[in-house]
Amino acid sequence: MDFNDTPEEAKFRSEARAFLEANVKPKSAESERLQRKLSPAEYLKAAKAYQAKKAENGFAGITWAKEQGGRALPPIYAVIFNQEEAKFDAPSAPFSIGLGMCVPTVIAFSDESIKDRYVAKALRGDEIWCQLFSEPGAGSDVAASKTKAVRDGDDWIVNGQKVWTTGAQFSDYGILLVRTNPDVEKHKGLTMFIVDMKQKGVDVRPIHQASGGRDFNEVYFTDVRIPDSSRLGEPGMGWNVALVTLMNERLAVGGSYGPDYKEILDFARGINSPSGDGPLIKDEAFRQNLADWIVRAEGYKLAKFRTMTALSKGQTPGPESSIGKVINANQMMDIANTAIEAQDHFGIINDPDLAPLEGAFHQSYMFAPGLRIAGGTDEILKNIIAERVLGLPQDVRVDKGVAFKDLPSGR
Amino acid sequence: MNFDFSEDQKSLKDQARKFLSEKASSKVTRSVLDDAAKSYDQDLWRAVAEMGWLGVAIPEEHGGLGLGRLELCVLAEEIGRAVAPIPFSSTVYFFAEALMLAGSDAQKGAHLPNVASGETIGCFAVSEGPGAPTAASVQAKFDGATLNGVKIPVTDGDCASWAVVAAKEGGGVSLVLVELNQPGVTRTTLKTLDPTRGHAKLEFKNAKAERLGPGGQGWELAEAVLDRAAVLIAFEQVGGSQACLEMATEYAKGRYAFSRQIGSFQAIKHKLADMYVNIEVARSNAYYGAWALSTEAAELSFAAAASRAAASDAYYFCAKENIQTHGGMGFTWDVDCHLFFRRAKLLAVQAGSPAVWKEKLVKRLEQRNAA
Repeated sequence: MDFNDTPEEAKFRSEARAFLEANVKPKSAESERLQRKLSPAEYLKAAKAYQAKKAENGFAGITWAKEQGGRALPPIYAVIFNQEEAKFDAPSAPFSIGLGMCVPTVIAFSDESIKDRYVAKALRGDEIWCQLFSEPGAGSDVAASKTKAVRDGDDWIVNGQKVWTTGAQFSDYGILLVRTNPDVEKHKGLTMFIVDMKQKGVDVRPIHQASGGRDFNEVYFTDVRIPDSSRLGEPGMGWNVALVTLMNERLAVGGSYGPDYKEILDFARGINSPSGDGPLIKDEAFRQNLADWIVRAEGYKLAKFRTMTALSKGQTPGPESSIGKVINANQMMDIANTAIEAQDHFGIINDPDLAPLEGAFHQSYMFAPGLRIAGGTDEILKNIIAERVLGLPQDVRVDKGVAFKDLPSGR
Repeated sequence: MNFDFSEDQKSLKDQARKFLSEKASSKVTRSVLDDAAKSYDQDLWRAVAEMGWLGVAIPEEHGGLGLGRLELCVLAEEIGRAVAPIPFSSTVYFFAEALMLAGSDAQKGAHLPNVASGETIGCFAVSEGPGAPTAASVQAKFDGATLNGVKIPVTDGDCASWAVVAAKEGGGVSLVLVELNQPGVTRTTLKTLDPTRGHAKLEFKNAKAERLGPGGQGWELAEAVLDRAAVLIAFEQVGGSQACLEMATEYAKGRYAFSRQIGSFQAIKHKLADMYVNIEVARSNAYYGAWALSTEAAELSFAAAASRAAASDAYYFCAKENIQTHGGMGFTWDVDCHLFFRRAKLLAVQAGSPAVWKEKLVKRLEQRNAA
């Protein structure tokens, strides 16, 4: 057992670090503040410039085939780059869904002319992609998508609504899951398309989240025309295409967010305990909770090291990586909740000028409920663990053998 | 990054699992459970000794195999999985580790070969009553030659021939080595929640004893032994937790209610997924403990506490939810669920309760941050 890179990995890590040092600033409170001050347009411009540099220097598409402009390295190298990049204020967020999920799907299901058209531009950051799966009536049950596409000559005409689309407001293209045949079973009547997000009939509207922010969108489609050449996979095979996309999602989601046990430890040194006998850090109950957070945060970090070890040996991580978000989202909420309650009445103040850590605990508190839902709810992730890791049987299906149009859909 | 056991260690694990599934089925555990006079299974103990497991981490010069602590971790997981009714932890994780940590060459030479051969069963005696012991609470007294006082409970104290005991000496605490088969020692077998392991009250009246390690440093030494043992016990707990999850999963696949497998209900799935998450957290922390133990890293004290805190909680959760998944059957004597539920509690409170280890973990985090 050791925590060291192999010589090849170490060499790659130092190359990555050199690239990052030359192009972006190390993470600090100051650099984060500066980044927050950028307007969305300024941030996007910086992000595109950074992505172009990554592509020029061989740090975009690290695991992709050489024909696609990648370096064809094993997944461990992408993990190493991400580890190093996380230490910097690198504006990579606008590309994570496109390059992590959408474009790999395009590569898997397209012919050469389509790949030539889209892949290189996405890798260079010239064009940004989003993923259009969830609908108001199709969240956990995303195969219940109702947005429909009807064949019209060489085109398809799309009508409907998608929701929770990250980055739709600045995306050039999206991959879109639609119902092309309501007369067959739910999973068999779906088809996947590439859609031009800038065309007529595509209406992107930001969602005002419970947390107050506007990070996601609704996207309405009104008589949107998509050429049949933009279809990914055969008509009716959209669910299989979607599974490829979602498989990549598990690798993408699951980092930790917001203040963790180290921040709340510091916080607890400077605030009174409920008994009033000293600082919170001396409070027995708080210390027991803190130990649980340490154990889970360290356990998650160390489990990732085990995944890295498997990757380093050339193995592919399976659905077991689903545990990350279940642990982190709940822990983020518990830590935030404890820190807010520990402030007693003052805890209600989230003004960054007054609240501890500029209100970071309050942000966590308001964002964590969304994190427990996004990218697979806690419940869906537990189903995945139960079914794909432990091999438990699927739930009884009431939608088997019934045409989609005859399924009850409620509200 | 190589945060995993080696191929050799994994094949040792497979070998151990195969061996224990033949020699340490729950029938063997139950033979101790159902017989109040039986404190451990002697056949299994001999077989384990013949395999060389008792001396896995003991140097070759003292009759061991001279492998490392990682190999011992691998065996611990399998022994925990099997709920093996043998004084393995007392002898190997506590008695032998204490000797290797603090013993003189003469003491090591006298005892370690007998541990490796299975001749000596050892135990470790700190507790004297309800509540977590501290350096200040130790009442047993050592005067440089004889020991007086009471230790209760002592795991495997009924079958051990030697004990390492924490006792007051002058103003401090020392560890002392005591032979238990002598007139100055009275043993009383105790009834416990986990009768698959022997427990005793040990009373010392002018019992002959010798110091183990420097006088007055016994509490620090005991803490160091506990840290080492903590990692190994955590592996037993991970093994037991994993066994519970597998047992519950199998049952959930085979048991029908409302004309369907109960494992198809989300209430059961989520329960089992929670068990899985708890085990992954515990296993990952235990691996870190194993790394720290095997490399004698400064992180051991932190990693040991995290290992124990995670593994104690995981085993409790898995053992109770395994019973719940089995429904009424799980509450019968004849189904093995309670063997795990009992062992889970012994391993949770032995050598420091979860609350004690959680407190240690936070204290050690504070120390690490201060350093």
